[in-house]
Amino acid sequence: MTAAAEPAGRAARNKVMARFIDNERLLWPALLAPAIVYIVLLVGFPFLLSIFYSLSSATVATSDIHFVGLENFTRIIHSDTFWRSLWNTIVLTVISQFFVLVFAGILATALIKDFRGKWLVRLLILLPWVAPISLGSIGWLWIFDSIYSIINWTARAVGLFGEDFWPIWLGQPNLAMAAIIVVQIWRILPLATVIVLAGLSSIPQDIHDAAEVDGAGFWRHQFEITLPLVMPITLVAVLFGIIFTFTDMIVVFVLTRGGPYDTTQVIASWAYFTGIQGGDLAGGAAISLFLFPVLVAVAILFLIAARRSEVT
Amino acid sequence: MTTRSGGARRIAGRAGHAAILVFFVTFLAFPFYWMLITTFKTTQDLHDINNNPYLFHDAPTLDHLRVLFSDTMFLQWISNTMLVGLAVVIITLVLAVPAGYALARMKGPWAQTLGIGIFLTYLVPPTILFIPFSRIIADLGLQDSLWSLVLVYPSFTVPFCTWLLMGFFMAIPRDLEDAAMVDGLSRFGAFFKVVMPISLAGMLTAVIFAFTLVMQEFVYGVTFITSSASYTIGVGVPTFLVRGDVYFWGSMMGACLIASVPIAIIYNMFVDRFVAGFTMGAVK
Repeated sequence: MTAAAEPAGRAARNKVMARFIDNERLLWPALLAPAIVYIVLLVGFPFLLSIFYSLSSATVATSDIHFVGLENFTRIIHSDTFWRSLWNTIVLTVISQFFVLVFAGILATALIKDFRGKWLVRLLILLPWVAPISLGSIGWLWIFDSIYSIINWTARAVGLFGEDFWPIWLGQPNLAMAAIIVVQIWRILPLATVIVLAGLSSIPQDIHDAAEVDGAGFWRHQFEITLPLVMPITLVAVLFGIIFTFTDMIVVFVLTRGGPYDTTQVIASWAYFTGIQGGDLAGGAAISLFLFPVLVAVAILFLIAARRSEVT
Repeated sequence: MTTRSGGARRIAGRAGHAAILVFFVTFLAFPFYWMLITTFKTTQDLHDINNNPYLFHDAPTLDHLRVLFSDTMFLQWISNTMLVGLAVVIITLVLAVPAGYALARMKGPWAQTLGIGIFLTYLVPPTILFIPFSRIIADLGLQDSLWSLVLVYPSFTVPFCTWLLMGFFMAIPRDLEDAAMVDGLSRFGAFFKVVMPISLAGMLTAVIFAFTLVMQEFVYGVTFITSSASYTIGVGVPTFLVRGDVYFWGSMMGACLIASVPIAIIYNMFVDRFVAGFTMGAVK
C-alpha cells in the first residue's frame, strides 16, 4: 500500500461512516441493537426456555428431555403444597402492600415538613431498601430467634407477655407467616415512602394555599385535595411493591426455608426448592410460571398509568 | 389566630409528628441498630438470657470482627462482589449509554413505547428465569464461576439504566448538539465533547445503581454458585455463615452491617434521581 493511497482510503471510509452516522434511520437502531439483543438473549430466551421446560421432563441429572404436555402442571395443581404456596403468596402480598400503602402515606406526610435532622431521618428510613435484602433478613432472623428474641424479651420486660408466654416466631406456621409479612413491609416501605413523597412535593403550593383560604381543615385537606392528586404516583409505588413481594423468595429462604413443613412456602421459594435443590427443572419451571399472570397484569396497569401521565 | 386552643393544637400536632417519625425510624432502623449492638457483644453476654440484651454486661469486644475477617472468606466475598460489580457496570454502560441516547433522540411515538418496553423487562423477576438459567449456565460451563454472574446480571441492570439514562439525555436540549455539529463536529464528536460532560451526573447515577443492584442480588447467586470461594457478600453471609446449627451471630451481624451501611450512604445521595427513574417521569 502506497503512502498516498492510505489517506485516500481513510477519507473514503470516513465518508461512509459520516453518511451512516448522519442517517438517523440507521444510526438509532444501530445504537439500540446491542442492548436489545442482550435483553432478548438474557430475558426473552430463558423465558421461552422456561415454558419449554415446564412442558417437558427436564431434570438436572439428564440431558434426555422429552415433551410431556401439561403433565407437570397437573402434578402441581394436585399438590397441597402448591395451593398452600399460592395462598401464602397472595396473603403475603395483599396484607403487606396494604400496610405499606397506609404507612407510606402517613410517613411521607410527616416527611414533607421541614425539620431539623431530616437528612438523617431519611437515611435511617431508607436503610432497609438499600441494604441487600438477604442481609437485612438475617438481622430479622436474629430478632425472631427462638431463645434470644429481642421482641419477646422486651414484651415480657414491659409486661405485655406473661411468664409462660414465649412465642417461637419462626417455628409456628401462623407466627412465621406474620414474621415474613412484617419483613416484607419493612423492606418495601422505604421505596413506597420516597415515591409518595416525590408525589407530594410535586403538588404546587398554590393548591394548598387555595384550600387553606377556603377553610379546609387538616383531614378534609388530606382526603379531598392531597389524596386525589398523589393517587397516580401512589399506584406506581403499589405496583412496584406488588411485583417485588409477589416474586420474592429471599425473605422466606432466609427466615424459614419454607418451613415448618412447607407451611410458609411461597411460589418463588417452592420453585427454588423443587427446581434447583430438588433438581426437578421441569417442575420448578412450571411452578415459577404461575408468577407470570400477575406480572402481565401489573405491566398492563403500568402502561395505562404511563399513558395517563403522558396525557396530563 | 394565636388563641390558646390554637397553641395547644400546634403543640399536639408537633408531638404527633415526632411520634410518627420515632415510630417509623424505630421500625425501619432497629434491625441495623441491633446488628451494631450484637457485633460488639461477647458470645457469653449474647447467650445469657438473664442479661438485659440492650446493655453490655461484658466489655465490648472485637472478637466477632476478627473471626469474620480471619476465619471466614468474608474478604474474598467482598472482592468477588467488587469484581462482578465492576464488570457488570462496564457492560451496562457500554450497552445502556448508546441505547438510552438513541431512545432520547429518536422521533416518533414508538420511541417512548420502546423505552417503556425495555424498562418493563427490568420487572421480569429472577425467580421466573433462574431455572432455565441454571441449565444454560451449566451448558456454558460457567457453574461456580463469577463469570456466570457477570453474564446474567446485566439482564436487569441494562433495562433499568437504559431507562434512567434516557431520562437524562432527554433533559439535554437537542440544540446543543446541533450547534456543535454546525461547528464541524461529527455526531460522535458532539456526543463525546458536548453531551457526555453534561450528563456525567447521569452516568454516575447509572453506575451507582448498577452496582447496588449487583450487591443486592441473591437468587442467581445462590443458584449458580455452590462453592464458598466464589460467593458474593449477599449470598455468602446467609448461606455459608448459617450452615449447621451453630449461628455465629456476632460475626454475621458484623458482616451484614459492613456490607449494608456504605452502600446505604452512597445510595442516599442519589435517591431522588432513582425515584425519578422509578416513577417514569410522572413526577416533575
